[in-house]
Amino acid sequence: MKRIFFDRRLYVSLLVVLLLTFPFLMGQSSYFMGLVVTMAIYAIAAMSLNLLTGYGGQVSIGQGGFLMMGTYSTGIISSTLGFPIWVALPAAGVIAALVSLVIGLPAVRLKGHFLAVATLGFGLCIPEIALNWKSVTGGYSGLPLMRPEWASSDLAFFYVILVLTFLVTWMLMNIANSRLGRAFLAIRDSEIAAAATGINVAGYKTIMFMISAFFTGLAGGLYAYWVQYISPNDFTIMASFFLLAMIVVGGLASIWGAILGAVLFTGIPHFSDAYVGVTNLVIGVAVVLVILFRPAGLVSLVGLIKPGEKQRSRKKPTEELPVRSLEEADNA
Amino acid sequence: MGQIVVSGLIFGCVYGLAALGLVLIFRTTGLVNFAHGEMAMVSSFVAFTLLSSSEFSYYGAFLAAIAFSALFGVVVFWVLIRHVSQASHLNQLVMTLGVFLAVHGAAGLIWGHTPTSFPRAVEGKPFSIAGVFITPNEIFVLVTTFILSMILFVLFRYTRVGLAMRASSQDLIAARLMGINVNAVFLVTWAAGSVLGGIAGLLTAPFTFLGVSMMFNVLIMAFAAAVLAGFVSLPGAVIGGLMIGIFGNLVSYYWAPEMALVCTFALIVIVLYIRPQGIFGEAQTMKKV
Repeated sequence: MKRIFFDRRLYVSLLVVLLLTFPFLMGQSSYFMGLVVTMAIYAIAAMSLNLLTGYGGQVSIGQGGFLMMGTYSTGIISSTLGFPIWVALPAAGVIAALVSLVIGLPAVRLKGHFLAVATLGFGLCIPEIALNWKSVTGGYSGLPLMRPEWASSDLAFFYVILVLTFLVTWMLMNIANSRLGRAFLAIRDSEIAAAATGINVAGYKTIMFMISAFFTGLAGGLYAYWVQYISPNDFTIMASFFLLAMIVVGGLASIWGAILGAVLFTGIPHFSDAYVGVTNLVIGVAVVLVILFRPAGLVSLVGLIKPGEKQRSRKKPTEELPVRSLEEADNA
Repeated sequence: MGQIVVSGLIFGCVYGLAALGLVLIFRTTGLVNFAHGEMAMVSSFVAFTLLSSSEFSYYGAFLAAIAFSALFGVVVFWVLIRHVSQASHLNQLVMTLGVFLAVHGAAGLIWGHTPTSFPRAVEGKPFSIAGVFITPNEIFVLVTTFILSMILFVLFRYTRVGLAMRASSQDLIAARLMGINVNAVFLVTWAAGSVLGGIAGLLTAPFTFLGVSMMFNVLIMAFAAAVLAGFVSLPGAVIGGLMIGIFGNLVSYYWAPEMALVCTFALIVIVLYIRPQGIFGEAQTMKKV
């Protein structure tokens, strides 16, 4: 009985079935499909960020910039240049990855707070550039975008996004559990030790940035196709803040944590949007409470996590022991 | 040209003051405070509420708001930040982001989202010095910044509290073993940091209108200034703030106001590419592997 109860495959298949039947459970309501689509898009972006931040230890406060790169690249390639969706979506990812190379090159040399501020600048600048480069981006008026004919209805495109989200989740899980993922963890825990064991730290950091930007750009492209309109207000710096909060609240270095965070943070505005500003207050308080009482993220509450993953996401004990024992001595 | 540089200098003072608070808190406690700007915004609103109740003169409200920001900093540190002082940098950063969002949301609920005007510290007509027009209020901003940075410099360099701050920033355990009450030092640091932010807020409000989002831009520019300063140098923070203020103003005059932010961060990335520890920072050696 216990084994069935804790079998993660059971929950995953239940989740998949629920998502596949979701439009019919909700009477094909566009609003609720949109909510799930937004969750899926943020989930992809949060998982990519978690690969960078949770596994690799590189803080980025500019992921919203890559989402926006994705929306605009898709819009320009598909709408202005007239390429089909199967070109536009991967191209959006590739463009985001190439741009991440530009921001990633100095970032490889930066650590901690410098990296955070540099990426913050990136996240702030992309919306400004989108607003001001009017000949390409349309400025305030944005860009229109048409879905392909075979997926023009909301229902059909809902399934396109769902299938792609499953695919990306599967790919990111594999990356996280591969040689790459292990190298990222080694770099996070100690760059010097990683370099000493023969890991090319700069190279892997660049790859990390590129993979993360690729999938985030892809997510942005999917969002553009879903709303069929690209606006400079979609992914502002707030989106970057929320993405970072999602992975910390959900759980660092955990794919499920990122998904949980994305679902939670996209779900809260659904309930709190009745008053302006309440959303920020609720999310802010939630973030503070989780960090105070569940520093390893909400995923540490759930039995879904594998024992191996739990061990990995644990903090390094070495740095804290002496101070903690001193504090205890104070209290004694 | 001279006029643009001078008005850039005025903005730079505000950025410098905010950056000074950020750097002070970072140097001593090792934490980057994302809620710095929002806490300053609340202090400005407190001053505004006191002023509109009309029992307070401008300077009374100014001093009360400064006292409030010190208290606010102490409360935020004691209730929240103290508990994550041993956590990872990322958790600390997201904690202050959470405070940022919560304070922003709460302030919006209390004071609304419509910007209002805020009185200047010193009224008076602009007058001309060597062909550059300047208002008495702008001189007040310049003088305040200069005096505050001097006070802080002396405090940090020559007093026992400053010595304790420097010791705690160097090695927490050793500082404790030398009999320094680290928690008290951190409390003083947070109070001083928030006061600097609060003053920056009070000085910003007359220029930008008083609103819940007024400090966001200042915070971003203060970050830029702090990074330029290498996040550790106190005089560097002020100089970085002045540089960024002038640079941003030149860009917005000769190109476009919206590009000021983009160019400032392009500048930051270039600076960091050449010197990853910032202009005024020293090369970091790895303490622990």
